[in-house]
Order: sequence, then C-alpha cells, then structure tokens
Amino acid sequence: MRYEAPTSIKEASSLMARAKGSAFLLAGGTDLLVRMKSDMIEPDLVVDIKRIASTQSITKSASGFKIGASVPCVALGRNKELSKAWPGVVEAANLIGSDQIQGRCTIAGNLCNASPAADSVPALVAARAKAVVVGPQGRRTVPVEKVATGPGTTSLKKGEIVESITLSKPSGKSGDAYLRFIPRTEMDIAVCSAGVNLTLGARGVVKTARVALGAVAATVVLVPAAARALVGSKLDDATLEKVAAACEAACAPIDDKRGTVEFRTEVAGVLARRAAKIAYQRAGGK
Amino acid sequence: MAGVHVSTTINGDAVEFVCPGNETLLDVLRDRIGLTGSKEGCGTGDCGACSVTVDGQLVCSCLVLGAEVEGRKVETVEGLADGDKLHPLQSKFIEHAALQCGVCTPGFLIAAKALLDYNPKPSEEEIRYALAGNLCRCTGYDKIVRAVDAAAKEMSRVAKRK
Repeated sequence: MRYEAPTSIKEASSLMARAKGSAFLLAGGTDLLVRMKSDMIEPDLVVDIKRIASTQSITKSASGFKIGASVPCVALGRNKELSKAWPGVVEAANLIGSDQIQGRCTIAGNLCNASPAADSVPALVAARAKAVVVGPQGRRTVPVEKVATGPGTTSLKKGEIVESITLSKPSGKSGDAYLRFIPRTEMDIAVCSAGVNLTLGARGVVKTARVALGAVAATVVLVPAAARALVGSKLDDATLEKVAAACEAACAPIDDKRGTVEFRTEVAGVLARRAAKIAYQRAGGK
Repeated sequence: MAGVHVSTTINGDAVEFVCPGNETLLDVLRDRIGLTGSKEGCGTGDCGACSVTVDGQLVCSCLVLGAEVEGRKVETVEGLADGDKLHPLQSKFIEHAALQCGVCTPGFLIAAKALLDYNPKPSEEEIRYALAGNLCRCTGYDKIVRAVDAAAKEMSRVAKRK
C-alpha cells in the first residue's frame, strides 16, 4: 500500500483522481483503519489529508464557521465560540466514541463514511451545514444532506475531497440540539437519533425550523413536515404531537439486534420532541 | 513492499524507522522499536490498551498508521516514569491495587495522564467518562478510578508546594 501525505488539497485531489486500483482518503482514520484491519478493504493508495493547512483549523468569519476536514472532534468541544453558536452540532460530534477516538475522528469523515447512524450528521443537516468539496473540476459547495446517498456511498466523484464543513453565523434567537438513543451511557452507536435547529421570531414563536433523523433510513433524513409543524408554534403539546407523528412517518429503519422497526420509529419521534424542546430553550424560548 | 521512511520523536528520543504504508503505529512501536508497553487488545479502537499520545493528543495507536507520525511527538507508557522514579499515577495504581493481569494498565495510565494534563482536578464522574475508552476485565474499574483520583490529589498537592 502506498501512503501519501500531500500538503495541498489540489495535490490530494489529483492523487485520488489519478489513482489506479482502490484509493482512500485518510482524515482521522477511525473508520478507515478499522475497515483495513478487518480486511473489508485493501487499499492500494491512502492519501492522508492532515498535512493540508486548509483542513487543519476551525476559523470564524463574519459569515460563520469553517471546520477543516482534519480537525478532530475534540477540538470542536474545546472551541468556546463554536460551542456557544452551535451547541447541538458540538454535542453530536463529541458523542462519537471515547476520548481516544475524539482525538482522531472528524465530522467530515463522519459525513463521508456515510453511515446512517453517524452522530454528527443529523445535527449538521439540521444546522444547514455545507460541505466545501474540492475536485478536478475545482471547488463547489454542497448541502451536507446531499453527500451521503446510502449506507457507505456518497455523491462525491472520483478525486473529490471534502475540504471543510461550514456553518453559518446563527441569528440571535436560535438554538440547536441533538439527542440519540443508545442502551448505555457512552461508547455506542445510535439506535436512532434526532437533530433540531430552531429560530424564533417575536414573542417566542418559532420562525424557522429544521428536523433531521439518524439511523432510521438508508441515509440521515430531513423531515420537512416536522419542521412545518414547529413553525408558528411555541412548542405546545399539540405541536409536539405533530412533530413526533411527522418523524414517525419519515422513518424506514432496519430491524436488527440493536432495535426493532417499531422501537426505532417510536423513539425517533420521542427524541425529536425532546431535542426540539432543548433547541427552543437554547434559542431563548420559554 | 516499498517502505515509508519516518523520522519522529518517541518519549523525547529522536527515532527513525521504515515501515510498510499500512502498518499501524502500534505495530511499529512493538515490533520495530521494541516498546512493548502498548498492548493490542482489539485492534479496532474499542479497548484502549494501545493508548498513546501524538503531539499531546490521546489516541489509539492501533488506529494510527506508523507513517503518520513523521515529525510528531509520540509518548508511550515507557516514557511515564522519570528514570527509576515512578509517575504518581503509576505509584497510585500499585498502592490501590488498580490492576490484576495488567494488559489494560499502560492504556489506562496514558489515558489518565492525558486527562490530568487537561483537567488536573477531575470529579469522579469526569474520571469515569475520560476512561470510558479503556476496557478492564479484572478490576471492575473502581480501584482504577480511586487510583486516578488519588494521583490527581497528590499531584495538585505537589504543584501547590512548588
């Protein structure tokens, strides 16, 4: 296996585009090395993107935040401004694995690994995050929900690399939250999960909303019907019932030892309700 | 197989090695450098027995390629003691009998040190969460948590005296 650690994103993209045989990108490696170890893949080429300066940091600008593709998740939690602006995204990213895994895993990797149960993705989708993609044709920006196309598959073309994930600057009265169900308190994969992002208008009435669910379909799913139910409300019980019902209707989960179809479907609705309440409080709603 | 030539620093010493591109840092440490303190439990990042720090960041060395540590600073359990003088964490692990078979111990020591470097006065809950990535099948964890707590207290007493 050839290992390359280029220092520019263009070089990395060109290495991937020109690669013959199986080529993989390495950011944190917490999924890639496990797949190599278990002989699920046998790469001919691994391109490590951690030496590329544009992937290495979290930067704040007037328009929002840019999180480099090789920034480990632990760095998100330690960034006070990001944690204050997007607490739901940060709590989702920090739920992945142990401290050892946190020191390596990245949200860009979590996105591109394309697991339906990826913890950071529902929160990113709810937050309207975008992926900055660099490829042989140049740079493009794509909503994160357009990246995964199924378990383990993405819409990225040969030679395309996610360079960073961007989040807009949240408006004053907004909040986001992420909740997942696991049978333990730590170190597990979501049985199902929900991310909610709300903006409030006058008198604590929800102006805009985004609801996304994880581990209940082949990809993370955005639930516009749940968002429509939230808009115009102050999260009264009848609204939350509608949110849960819309979420349940959006579920098409698998049945496995970690959760049945019925369980995942019902709990997705419960988590969306609870996450909506937390997001509402964080937005300043009472 | 063409090898990757790597120059790095391990426990303060400049080290050079050549390894295949797909060889893990854990295998490099154990089989090429002869530092067998880091253990392979699972090889998939679940058990923490191979914990080391790279540029101060706690990681599982089974999930790092040897080639990745070019120019980095790697710290392993072998670098914890100061000559013959054990690190307070090591002393407290012995005092509290926080190990039986010992396979998980190097990983626990490194993870605990990473915790105390960042948070010198952790609560019991913080200790338990910080060590959630380290599995022990002998002790039931309680003695480990007490040993880390005792080491933290001793280290902050010593720091205060200085």
